[in-house]
Amino acid sequence: MGEAIVITSGKGGVGKTTTSANIGTALALLGKKVCMVDTDIGLRNLDVVMGLENRIIYDLVDVAEGRCRLNQALVKDKRFDELYMLPAAQTKDKDSVKPEQIRDIVLELKQGHDYIIIDCPAGIEHGFRNAIAGADRAIVVTTPENAAVRDADRVIGLLEGNKIPSKLLINRIRPSMVKSGEMLDIDEICQVLAIDLLGIVPDDEKVITAANNGEPTVMNPASRAAIAYRNISRRILGDMVPLMVLDEKAGAFKRFRKFLGIG
Amino acid sequence: MTEKQHIMIKGVKEGLLFLLDDQCVFDALVAELRHKLEKTHQQLLTGPLVHIHVKLGSRIITDEQREQLASIIGAQGNLMIQSMESDPPAKPESGGGAANMHVLSSIVRSGQTLQHEGDLLLIGDVNPGGSILCTGDIYVLGALRGMAHAGFAGRTDAIIATSLMRPTQLRIADVVSRPPEEWLTFDSAMEFAYLNEGQMQIDKLSQLFRIRQNPILFRGV
Repeated sequence: MGEAIVITSGKGGVGKTTTSANIGTALALLGKKVCMVDTDIGLRNLDVVMGLENRIIYDLVDVAEGRCRLNQALVKDKRFDELYMLPAAQTKDKDSVKPEQIRDIVLELKQGHDYIIIDCPAGIEHGFRNAIAGADRAIVVTTPENAAVRDADRVIGLLEGNKIPSKLLINRIRPSMVKSGEMLDIDEICQVLAIDLLGIVPDDEKVITAANNGEPTVMNPASRAAIAYRNISRRILGDMVPLMVLDEKAGAFKRFRKFLGIG
Repeated sequence: MTEKQHIMIKGVKEGLLFLLDDQCVFDALVAELRHKLEKTHQQLLTGPLVHIHVKLGSRIITDEQREQLASIIGAQGNLMIQSMESDPPAKPESGGGAANMHVLSSIVRSGQTLQHEGDLLLIGDVNPGGSILCTGDIYVLGALRGMAHAGFAGRTDAIIATSLMRPTQLRIADVVSRPPEEWLTFDSAMEFAYLNEGQMQIDKLSQLFRIRQNPILFRGV
């Protein structure tokens, strides 16, 4: 029996899909059997980020409506044998499935996989209720911006209302801006949101390149974001990985600046 | 009369006890009292002088209503009203406002509203986008980053006290205040907001006893 983890944020554009793709891939990299579920019906992206767009035959709505069996709709990843994706429908909208249907699908997926990573759409409406229906726990993604933190807070409140324990992932941190006080720092965010911090991911241009190439960042160990995602995945498995605290990254950044200074 | 009786008449040593229902509308009492005295209980009126004690239960009546009841009973020659009283309102066991305070440990997140009748002590934070409304005082043992509205039913003497004063908005009764445009805090630690001549004021929590006539603080003996 596996565990279902929903990746959610409230606000759009903070990196839910990127996080889902990378955590899913990193867990597969660590030898787990993983299935990623895209619940963003009508605006599916996970397949694009994973580079699996052209392999889709059936989707989530087809499964929910009984047009195909669940494992017919699962798309196998091209890099890993034990990594699957259940794509969302692109031509329907979020009301075309009910939370109970998603819950049943997730329950069925949990039988055959170690981890189910559910990519949640932005917002707190029907799509959100669909996504959290089958989840055992949640990862709330936020960026160091007031608007994103506010929405994360709202979502944490809703998750608490649904008795889903949540952990925080702070994405797209720019250590230089945090240091200069232009960006909210991690302690400040954690103080407001008052939930455990699962990990932090530095802002990295390689993430964008990787997403455009349909190759999750986590595959490229040269990327700082990739290391962060690998650490996060190990923490999900229960390993005690020290938080890549800002100092460490600031150190790396300092080295980089020093390098520039010398150069 | 087919409906429920609102008035019970009991004979006691001192005379007659009129037990009046305290839940029904006052007019029903008046009508029934009249009906009883004039129609159904004629035998009472034929005897000698009788002392009447009227018990109103928990009902609080105005002087006008008191007058009205007295005149109905007094209209019968041989009935003399000795007393007319309500039960004293139930008092909390221990004195002081602290007994009425509700203590709650929670975190009020964005989009959540905490509403309470009376005074509230919240142990936890109020986050931006969250709001807390009380008819009485608000005490936040934690950070107040959202909106707090004390005395929202109109009490202008209500206060908002918090460990960390970082609200998006403060309201007391119908006064709305936006920090930091309207007031500045020194270190935003352990402060409270109150109304002074219709203006929102912030002061250190240690100054509360100067503003309050009977602060909800334990005084030294």
